[in-house]
Amino acid sequence: MKTGFSGFFNYAFKSILSGNRTYTLWMFGLIVVSMFGLNAFSRQIAHGLYTTGMGDEVSWGLYISNFAFLVGMAAAAVMMVIPAYIFKDEEIHKVVIFTELWAIAALTMCLLFVTADIGRPDRLWHMFPVIGIFHWPTSMLTWDVLVLNGYLFLNLYVCGYVLYRKFHGLKLVSKHYVPVVFLAIAWAPLIHTITAFLFQGLGARPFWHTGLIAPRFLASAFAAGPAFIILVFKVMDYFKCCKIHDEVIAKIRVIITVSLLANLLLVGSELFTELYSGSEHSIHLAFLLGFHGSSVLAPWMWTAIALNIIAAIILLLPVRQNPQFLTVACIMIIVGIWVEKGLGFVISGFIPTPLGDFVQYQPSLNELTVCFGILAFGLLVYTALLKVAIPIINGELCHRENKD
Amino acid sequence: MSAEEQKNLKTNDSDQQESGISRRYFLAGTACLSAAAAVSLSPLLNAEEVPSGDDFIQKHYKELTTEDKKEIFARLEAQIKEKYDVDATISDPPPIDGVEFAYVLNLGRCIGCRKCVYACMDENNQSRSPQKQYIRVLKMKKGTINLESASHDYPEKEAESDDFFYMPVACQQCREPKCIEVCPVKATWQEKDGIVVVDYNWCIGCRYCEAACPYHARRFNFAKPQIPAQDINPDMGYLSNRPRYMGVMEKCTFCLHKTRRGEYPACMEVCPTGSRKFGNLRDPKSEVRIIIEQERVFVLKQEVGTLPKFYYTFAK
Repeated sequence: MKTGFSGFFNYAFKSILSGNRTYTLWMFGLIVVSMFGLNAFSRQIAHGLYTTGMGDEVSWGLYISNFAFLVGMAAAAVMMVIPAYIFKDEEIHKVVIFTELWAIAALTMCLLFVTADIGRPDRLWHMFPVIGIFHWPTSMLTWDVLVLNGYLFLNLYVCGYVLYRKFHGLKLVSKHYVPVVFLAIAWAPLIHTITAFLFQGLGARPFWHTGLIAPRFLASAFAAGPAFIILVFKVMDYFKCCKIHDEVIAKIRVIITVSLLANLLLVGSELFTELYSGSEHSIHLAFLLGFHGSSVLAPWMWTAIALNIIAAIILLLPVRQNPQFLTVACIMIIVGIWVEKGLGFVISGFIPTPLGDFVQYQPSLNELTVCFGILAFGLLVYTALLKVAIPIINGELCHRENKD
Repeated sequence: MSAEEQKNLKTNDSDQQESGISRRYFLAGTACLSAAAAVSLSPLLNAEEVPSGDDFIQKHYKELTTEDKKEIFARLEAQIKEKYDVDATISDPPPIDGVEFAYVLNLGRCIGCRKCVYACMDENNQSRSPQKQYIRVLKMKKGTINLESASHDYPEKEAESDDFFYMPVACQQCREPKCIEVCPVKATWQEKDGIVVVDYNWCIGCRYCEAACPYHARRFNFAKPQIPAQDINPDMGYLSNRPRYMGVMEKCTFCLHKTRRGEYPACMEVCPTGSRKFGNLRDPKSEVRIIIEQERVFVLKQEVGTLPKFYYTFAK
């Protein structure tokens, strides 16, 4: 039995490369989609961002929409870490690492989406301090780079430490990782707030220039993130790889319900402010909702609002105890909040343009392929991480060196 | 059990997992994956623009020495010669001391003919396909200043109408430019004479500045710029009208390759009605100074706090 890091990585490597038929087919499918995404991205590098649906009017599109949504998903890991470490909930503590691993996968996707959106990825080295110019603290983008990478390293450290120690059957020394966990708890809302500040600091874009963006981002993230985690847990339960207690699901459901209601309150507050006064400032929202000429975004936005409301109703009625209804509610929340944050926030901030021009935005096929490729790759990373972590957490391997 | 399987069990340490992957499958899998990746990446072979090694390591404009600049300009001129068969000269005129450029546009006279838009394109070597225009002329109904009621793409026959007024908008060269604050690599900054410039070799194309501009003044090269060789203006400035690259930002630079030599910007020179006035705000005898002091001028979106240097007036 190999010791130390090589033993751990040896195990991890073998674990990812082996599995039953379902696992192999799933990973193979994700690799295929990722390859299509890589192909589309290569076409974009070769011919420019002209291959997307973006233009000078809507200069940020589906890539940044997905980025904003996934930063929220990554931050939402903290919603499980708080009950685990602060309220010392035993059951949640056992499975919290699966959410921290999700944060790693989500952040990987965030970084890939930003790279996909950059006009000159060959010049990304210009952002490094010393060899390039890092315009910190003035540019909010530099803050985002710092906090996202920082959060990634925090989660890599915590997950790596816990999995490594458990793999070798060693005890977890609290002071070696718990302070980092608490730092991550504080850091998680920070990453999503900074991402929100990126948008809300721009006086040029009145649709974004409100103080409500950061709270809205956080509320919607803390509804969509745990909803995704519930779906992951259901999948894990279905494949019988890990026993997730019903009370864990119930507690996460409560977190989602509260966050969703908070999100509805904030969205409702925005809708009221924009639409009640009838002032011209509401033009972005009016266009988004289809009140100012035709808009391809309108049906999406109305569906998103409906999904959010229906999901909230499901989560408040006794039927929320029904696992099928809960699954449906979770899917509705993820889709609804993705639309609300992506199409309903990022894209509609550009329409009308600062000079009052109304345009339509539609992603191109190449752009969609890149998006799906990155999403598939993120799921690939997450599956691989889970494949390594689940046997360790289940205790199937931890007693190898300490056999009596 | 075959010899192969016995060998697998010996080399495989993880006796508590599912059967490990054999070396043969691993190598075959890696080969397949590499082949698939190579096929996926194959469009890169058709890349329309590949930076050279020198392009790649080039430093920020502000860190270039005079020698660096000579070398770089020579390289760029050679690239232009190779691509367009045009003998271009890339200059780098410094800002003139004591000069702060400003612009005044008389909405009372502008007829919306758009000659300024096309003169700008000709002067600044803008891409013809896709077409890049720095100046956006808004056709506004009389009685409103609401930009959302404007028509951006009116046909030529709708110019010179008495029921409308026409408002050209380009970079306002703000005193408090929001675009330079948000750039993560300082690829765009404000020069001493007030002109906001872009180092086209430093810009990473994140388009944050385009999001931050309240006047829709900045343009991004989503595609490789296409200019017919005969339309190239060989009188180029490093920070202004030299041909740009795919994936970088650009915008109006008040034709600094001309104005820093004492000439007028192309848009002003071509204007048939005399609606455009340009000059040094610090010079009490300049046209712009006199107009701003004597006429009733205003700026766009004053509430955003950008302090633009592009003034509008409704004079005779």
